[in-house]
Amino acid sequence: MSWFRKPKKPLTSEDRRDLPSDVFSKCEGCGEILYREKLSQNDHVCPKCGYHFRIGADLYIRLLSDEGSFHETESELRSADPLEFTDLKPYRDRLRAAETKSGRGDAVVTGRATVEGIGVALGVMDFSFIGGSMGSVVGEKIARLGRLALEEERPLILVSASGGARMMEGIYSLMQMAKTSAVLARLHEAGLPFISILTHPTTGGVTASFAMLGDVNLAEPGALIGFAGPRVIEETIKQELPDDFQTAEFLLEHGMVDRVVDRRVLRDEVAVLLRHLFVHDGAGFTG
Amino acid sequence: MATVPHLEFERDMVELQEQIQKLLQLAEKKGINVSSELAELRGKLESLREETYRNLEPIDQVQVARHPRRPYSLDYVERVFTDWMELHGDRAFRDDAAIVGGWARLRGQPVMVIGHQKGRDMKENIHRNFGMPHPEGYRKALRLMRMAEKFRRPVVTFIDTPGAYPGLGAEKRGQAEAIAMNLREMARLRVPLVSVVIGEGGSGGALALGVTDRILMLEHSVYSVISPEGCAAILWRSAEHRGKAAKALKLTTSDLHRLGVCDEVIPEPAGGAHADWDRTAASLGDTLARHLGELSELSADDRRKARWAKYEAMGAWLESPLASGSPS
Repeated sequence: MSWFRKPKKPLTSEDRRDLPSDVFSKCEGCGEILYREKLSQNDHVCPKCGYHFRIGADLYIRLLSDEGSFHETESELRSADPLEFTDLKPYRDRLRAAETKSGRGDAVVTGRATVEGIGVALGVMDFSFIGGSMGSVVGEKIARLGRLALEEERPLILVSASGGARMMEGIYSLMQMAKTSAVLARLHEAGLPFISILTHPTTGGVTASFAMLGDVNLAEPGALIGFAGPRVIEETIKQELPDDFQTAEFLLEHGMVDRVVDRRVLRDEVAVLLRHLFVHDGAGFTG
Repeated sequence: MATVPHLEFERDMVELQEQIQKLLQLAEKKGINVSSELAELRGKLESLREETYRNLEPIDQVQVARHPRRPYSLDYVERVFTDWMELHGDRAFRDDAAIVGGWARLRGQPVMVIGHQKGRDMKENIHRNFGMPHPEGYRKALRLMRMAEKFRRPVVTFIDTPGAYPGLGAEKRGQAEAIAMNLREMARLRVPLVSVVIGEGGSGGALALGVTDRILMLEHSVYSVISPEGCAAILWRSAEHRGKAAKALKLTTSDLHRLGVCDEVIPEPAGGAHADWDRTAASLGDTLARHLGELSELSADDRRKARWAKYEAMGAWLESPLASGSPS
């Protein structure tokens, strides 16, 4: 429950709002002034320091899947407002504004794709839709994607970016953690691979459900990944947190992710993994 | 029970109770008969109590769910089960006292019982971390559930936590992973699983013991994705608005039953579970036994399929954006 938090590093949204006048970007990591087109050709990674700029779901799909291979599923699904939730603003208005702003129906895009020719079920979260929070639609789309993977015997790949559960859907948002995990239980028993890719930021109920359940967990360099948000922890323990706390590298050191992977080689690594886990060509040893 | 801490909405009841006390003292001192006055006051108190507890605001329900005299997991273990034998540790790091677990018998039948455990005083609360588990607590719970699976015994869980502990060590040792793994593995277990929310159902830290065939709730317990204080601080920008947040979150048993999350509400005595531990435990035990009996009639395969279907159906969504214009 911390999608509201200010991330340690400022967000950029250059992938979605490509202002023609915006020719240069300043690197948040090292301060270098970067030519935007160069940056974009470099998968939005600073060529000098390796800082990973935030990218949206569309770019992630392009980065991971073979060109033109992605076909979206369940794009029609929309959030209801089961609690008729109103805080300072009605939830319905928040939903409408988020859809207008992000251009998508909710905080995850799902579909079929191929990665170096291997058919997969791919889901990518979008932080720009109410902080990538998981409500019923996110849970349902991931559950349906999991069932599609089961039925079509495809590996599942999920790219996470989320502040956690969407509290405007109350208990239903909490139950999406159980729903997505239950589908992963079935995938696990069916012997199908699930590769979880954690990007900046992944916290709360998403980390505490599907994002941590990969056969292999891959994390983007520098990404904030955790259960509780840093501010909540600081308030609880009344002391300042170490600088690297809850970074991808911290999680690697503490054994919570398998690898920290540079975005520029992510697709290659995923393809290698898929071949290790999934592709049987008849030759070699068998288990 | 004059020293019992009381809640805001209990004030009138406490006043009446004090009047009764005074009247009794007066009667004793002066040797006069006050039985009719006494009966009147007691009747008044009883109807006030019923009235109050029937009309609790959501934020009052939260207060009752957190009442310092409310029975905790071990209080039910003592009253509902026999032959309790607590087992400790996650076999990896340490024993987390915020979760207790072990073997016991319910109506003579062996079951694994696991629950969050709060402390009754400051010393015990420090030991039990106010019922807020670390990853090792969830891993202990999973170890015990797997033991139950091995010996084909049902699992009963009691949910009563403000939430999983948000601390340095908890993050280092993988709080998120520990919770996630419990969610997935509970979905896979072949034995019957029943959870009972007995007090505070606080978010993911509660759910990590709550992926079960049946979700039962004591009448004045609550279950929520976030505390009303946390929700108010974020959405209303001040924890003072917790009353509004509690209402908006739909965290009471009647709401959760209506939303299809809670399978059955177990009534509490007038005045709440803290007013009568034994009676609460008795009805909890009866309800638990009934559900376990029903679940035992199903095959393990059918039980699991039904469990998956239950969780896969949870939520509310529209199949298409066109439907969003329809009247609600």
